[in-house]
Amino acid sequence: MNSFNTVRKTSLEKWQALQASKVPIIYLGAASCGIAAGAMEILEAIEKTLEEKKIEAKIIKVGCIGPCYLEPLMDIALPGKPRISYANVTPQKVPRIIESYLVKGNPEPRLALAHFGNGNHGFPEEIPGFFDLPMLKSQVRVVLRNCGLIDPEEIDHYIANDGYSGLMKGLLNGPEKVIEIVKEAGLRGRGGAGFPTFKKWEICRNTKAPQKFMICNADEGDPGAFMNRSLIEGDPHAVLEGLLIAAYAIGATHGYIYIRAEYPLAIARLKKAIGQMREYGFLGKNIQDSGFGFDITIKEGAGAFVCGEETALIASIEGKRGMPRSRPPFPAIAGLHGMPTIINNVETLGTLPNILRNGASWYRQYGTQGNYGTKTFSLVGKIRRSGLIEVPLGMTLRQIIFDIGGGSRKPFKAVQTGGPSGGCLSEEFLDTPVNYESLTAAGSIMGSGGLIVLDDDTCVVDLARYFLDFTQRESCGKCSPCRVGSRHMVEILQRITKGEGEAEDLTKLQTLGETVKRGSLCGLGQTAPNPVLTTLKYFRPEYLMHVKEKHCPAAVCRDLIEYRVVPGKCTGCQKCVSVCPTGAITGPRAEPHNLDPSKCIKCRACYEICRYDAIAGDAIIIKSARSTVDEQTV
Amino acid sequence: MNTEITRAGSSLNQEEHQSFHDLFEAYNGHEGDLVPLLQKTQEKYGYLSQEAINEISRFLKISENQIFGVATFYSQFRFNAPGRHSIKVCLGTACHVRGGQVLGEAVGRELDVLPGETTDDKRFDFQRVACLGCCALAPVIQIDSDIHSRMSVIRLKGILEKYE
Ligand SMILES: Cc1cc2nc3c(=O)[nH]c(=O)nc-3n(C[C@H](O)[C@H](O)[C@H](O)COP(=O)(O)O)c2cc1C
Ligand code: FES
Repeated sequence: MNSFNTVRKTSLEKWQALQASKVPIIYLGAASCGIAAGAMEILEAIEKTLEEKKIEAKIIKVGCIGPCYLEPLMDIALPGKPRISYANVTPQKVPRIIESYLVKGNPEPRLALAHFGNGNHGFPEEIPGFFDLPMLKSQVRVVLRNCGLIDPEEIDHYIANDGYSGLMKGLLNGPEKVIEIVKEAGLRGRGGAGFPTFKKWEICRNTKAPQKFMICNADEGDPGAFMNRSLIEGDPHAVLEGLLIAAYAIGATHGYIYIRAEYPLAIARLKKAIGQMREYGFLGKNIQDSGFGFDITIKEGAGAFVCGEETALIASIEGKRGMPRSRPPFPAIAGLHGMPTIINNVETLGTLPNILRNGASWYRQYGTQGNYGTKTFSLVGKIRRSGLIEVPLGMTLRQIIFDIGGGSRKPFKAVQTGGPSGGCLSEEFLDTPVNYESLTAAGSIMGSGGLIVLDDDTCVVDLARYFLDFTQRESCGKCSPCRVGSRHMVEILQRITKGEGEAEDLTKLQTLGETVKRGSLCGLGQTAPNPVLTTLKYFRPEYLMHVKEKHCPAAVCRDLIEYRVVPGKCTGCQKCVSVCPTGAITGPRAEPHNLDPSKCIKCRACYEICRYDAIAGDAIIIKSARSTVDEQTV
Repeated sequence: MNTEITRAGSSLNQEEHQSFHDLFEAYNGHEGDLVPLLQKTQEKYGYLSQEAINEISRFLKISENQIFGVATFYSQFRFNAPGRHSIKVCLGTACHVRGGQVLGEAVGRELDVLPGETTDDKRFDFQRVACLGCCALAPVIQIDSDIHSRMSVIRLKGILEKYE
């Protein structure tokens, strides 16, 4: 403990020195999402501008702070002042931002998004507080508390912000007490199923064995979800501290982090962080003189959804095909190499340091009876404010989608929760509180935290086909209900989306879905039919339109749609003629063009160019082939 | 499978042989090393050649069939030589609802290549992936290590031209 106090003191000094920095600090959002939005070009522009203007400033790359739709994000902190945030930065905007604020000290409300810190620090009134922005206001940041605020590559930043003090508390109190605290906190696994964390720990702790293993599940297989990636990239030590706490509680001496290979930045961050842990005495034979010894190996997943399932994950670490096996025995009794093993999700682990540090009752102030604490979600799809959020459990879908996410541009249609294992909930469920039980009762699941918002332009039949196609490809093939049943379901759905469906197909889908659900060996098959069953239940009329009228009201299913030119709107600018790869569009300049449906391959190029480049903007439309809307009036 | 090569045991020269063994050095030959070794091999050579599988089989003392069984199970592994650039189109859910499929078709048409294949001039290989973790900026594609977000069919051509 003494040595930890010394470490903490040094870290605090370094952190405080940074806060008191005499030179301005520029924080750049450089998580994968920021980089994808162009953060590296922004970095170049910043460095160039600083050099040209001969300004000294420190640049710190931080993780994702949440509102990805505002990326690239950069913040500037002048000495003695909190950060001012600038959103949707472009290389062209950088010199203006730097000139106005860094040089002239005027944050320019027209450019600035928000400021950090409590109170307004003499900033112009038009600049709101960052955490008062509509997207942030009703969020509670527990797991994500450091993301975007500290340098994820500096262990000192983490320690200075109370990092590793949860672990130290745990080490002082003993493993039984740690389990007790987690039990009291009511923490449930964030990987999807919501199993009480303490329960499996207790089983593992009480199993006698020569060795035990602790695994962090960072496979994040739900396509369309990125909470775990963001947390690891933005605050890797939080997950690692959690891994240590869990390992200590169950008595494990070795740990694995199973992470998907598609996350190179997250892997690099973990490797760097593990090196720092070793240097600071948080890994090895005798961690902080507590007698507890532990080490970590990183295993890169190789791209199989089913490997997120715990028994398949274990098989994969053992070097085999990632096939699930039936349980019991549960991994907590016989897991990796036959030894007692606990697998916890990244977010579950990231929560632990907070619980240990602040206590169980502090954690229970968030959430509701039986569903305590917070949950992170990736809010994506047809939504205005997309990104990573964290909310107390029990908040309603409506609050999440509309208050935080700002709703969709076109009318809201549905929200898909739980990824390929989850379901599609219609508008009538918007007031459902988000907790494990009520989402299950509605026919969906909480899952790991993917929230995909759908609007009127999304076809739910196509989405159901998409998910089933995904799970069917990912089926490991071991049990036949999943292998054969899901393939059959995909075939039916393909027929329906092609306009070749028949009325009895819907009954067939229903029966097959129920069979696959009941008969499959693992969670993949048991949940695979959910997207189909929920859409059949809540969006039956849309299925019927596809089957009976061969009509896709969302104008998505490609065999049921047409591209059309609206003559009354087309100015004849010929932009679409130039991008059409098949010569389907013709027409002289300045006269409404012709679109020959027999040549059209529905590649979308004309539609996009009309919207972004042409004068008219909306002269090309995509319509259900059965739609009889008068083209002159749309 | 190319039986001609397997029959002959190892068809590698001394130097190539050595290059594999440099790769194996960090591992102690447990079965659990298989997936990491396959990953390392693919990282170094871009794909899993028949020769590579043969070398790994000898090193870990497990059959080539077993190795193929494992390697084909995971979507990460490829068995044909990659192009100079690698293009991945995301077909995760967020990208799907924002037009990922049409984007994928456009890549195929623009480069005249099918998913899983490499163009004849070896300029690009083309993969589909399920989620690159940038879902909030969908649809996205990845070329080599660059992720291009908020993609559209009409932006595609200009972006492809930057990769020779
Ligand atoms: C098909 C399938 C895929 C899964 N994928 C993941 C995943 O990507 N990440 C994850 O943490 N859990 C996943 N799980 C759940 C795990 O099996 C396991 O319940 C979880 O990692 C336990 O951690 P927790 O108790 O902290 O939630 C998946 C389950 C199934 C059936
Ligand atoms: S769905 Fe495409 S990046 Fe996640």
